[in-house]
Amino acid sequence: MIEKVASSMLPVDEEFRIQKNSIHSQASDANQKRICIVTGTHGDELEGQYVCYEVQRRLQENLQHLKGIVDIYPALNPLGVDTITRGVPKFDLDMNRIFPGNTEGTMVEYAAAKIIEDMSGADMVIDIHASNIFLKEIPQVRINEMCQETLVPYAKRLNIDYIWIHSAATVLESTLAHSLNMTGTPCLVVEMGVGMRITREYGNQLTDGIFTLMKDLGIWDGPVTEPKEPIVSTDGNVSYLNAAYSGIFVSCVEHWINVKKGEKIGEIVDPLTGALLEEVLSPVTGVLFTLREYPVVYEGSLVGRILERD
Amino acid sequence: MEKEIIYELKSLYRDHLRITGYHFGGNQKTVAIAGAFRGNEIQQLYICSQIVKALKKLERDGRVSSEKGILILPSANHYGMNIGKRFWAVDNTDINRMFPGYDLGETTQRIADGIFRAVKDYEYGIHFTSFYIPGNYVPHVRMMKTGFEDVELAKKFGLPYVMIRDITPFDTTTLNYNWQIWETKAFSLYTKETDRIDLVSANQAIEAVLRFLHDRGCIDYPTYGGFLSRKVTEDMIEIVKTDNAGLFRCLVDIETNVKAGEILAEIVDPYEGHVISRVLAPCDGMVFFHHDEPLVYQNTIAFQMIRMEASYV
Repeated sequence: MIEKVASSMLPVDEEFRIQKNSIHSQASDANQKRICIVTGTHGDELEGQYVCYEVQRRLQENLQHLKGIVDIYPALNPLGVDTITRGVPKFDLDMNRIFPGNTEGTMVEYAAAKIIEDMSGADMVIDIHASNIFLKEIPQVRINEMCQETLVPYAKRLNIDYIWIHSAATVLESTLAHSLNMTGTPCLVVEMGVGMRITREYGNQLTDGIFTLMKDLGIWDGPVTEPKEPIVSTDGNVSYLNAAYSGIFVSCVEHWINVKKGEKIGEIVDPLTGALLEEVLSPVTGVLFTLREYPVVYEGSLVGRILERD
Repeated sequence: MEKEIIYELKSLYRDHLRITGYHFGGNQKTVAIAGAFRGNEIQQLYICSQIVKALKKLERDGRVSSEKGILILPSANHYGMNIGKRFWAVDNTDINRMFPGYDLGETTQRIADGIFRAVKDYEYGIHFTSFYIPGNYVPHVRMMKTGFEDVELAKKFGLPYVMIRDITPFDTTTLNYNWQIWETKAFSLYTKETDRIDLVSANQAIEAVLRFLHDRGCIDYPTYGGFLSRKVTEDMIEIVKTDNAGLFRCLVDIETNVKAGEILAEIVDPYEGHVISRVLAPCDGMVFFHHDEPLVYQNTIAFQMIRMEASYV
């Protein structure tokens, strides 16, 4: 059943609306558990679109196995998704910096408050992000260290490759995940793929994990796959590769491979002069789990991230 | 005056980004002034340019302290300004959400780091900035409630209001917040406009800064006029939102005193021209902010009013 979570009028003949599809089991049990699949907070991150579709396709083919409620929110920022805009058009706002919102605030703050209201009390929320257009990420869950005890066991069931436990930062207190986790609704943040694209393989991998987690929660009793054993690490194990020069980055390795300390990851070149500006070398031995997709770089642009491992 | 490049970034094909600082007076780090960190902050850039001009004249006249120093950074994101973008044009990040910066981080973190290294040890910091909602404000000094805010000092600018507001998580990465954490007494100055030059409020801001610099002993510039500033807190502000969307016909300007029930604006049907909603004053008070775009969304903050009873406190 398609439901409106929040709506407001736009100036000329258009309604702004955030929608969800609420899929219920055929049984009428008042104590059914609920999972929310959420994406589209950043309008340029589309990996979750396929997951929303694929979860529903599998559900609809096997509705007899559904024992709870699956709420699918494919576009928290519908204006952004429809216009290839990361933030909320006209508001200059990153939507993931205004939670928990405010029912007395602007249109977007109001929408954020209604989203929180709608998701609160769910047994699990999966907030799916892609990377931006610049970087490619392996399927991973990012967890604030304050929530690791609660969330890591759930994340391990999600069939992802990596769990990154990051330090707490005040600025992240205004994210959807933080607002939900701090009020008792568990929320896992998934990052995978690259902005403005869909990586079907990653989408299927995560969808398998969502069904496994749903089974653990008692929402699904159909067949599931055994999830992968993810690598779990903290900030201290992650090395960042930042460009030392502005230029064009050309990678010379594949994403998600093991690299040795000193191994070449790519080059930064200057097409005007033909100069090789920098050979980007791995500072550690480990796994290259983030790799730049968009070639133009400035000094400081992130080129990759390596998880240090022997 | 000494002009120096405090931070420089090379680009692939564009000219280098140069963040320029203007230093006046002596070696003491007394007052740092930051201007346009966003590409649409034209008014903020203009104000800083006029302060540089005024200080050059005062310096020629021998009226700048030889001990106390002033640093002015008129612009940080002219890469955005030159192509009509508010934020860093490559990845749409906001330099004023990157403080205190990080010299090994991403591009805008490095820019913020370069700026912060230049301004962080000053005794006082002034930032001309803009609000994320488009509209016009009564010129005022804005401070965050960090525990380090100094309201009495803020009144030395002689602007009509000193606004104190609570901190939100995203404030913690602004220049103003980090200045305060590093024990600089920091003030954000808001004037009427952002992406256009408003001469009246710009001149008011220039005079306010010169008045403050005189008060702190940086320049010899005795001024007359100015306001006995009133302290305003968020609980004294009445938010007036739209209940519909359409063409926005604003009927009152900022600083107008209005009565409860008075019509502040009309929202007009964009196809048929009739009034579909009227925005009414919820109380007696003074218009502190108004929306200034011709279109308006439902639930938009159209006005902020200082309630009449509050304005006498």
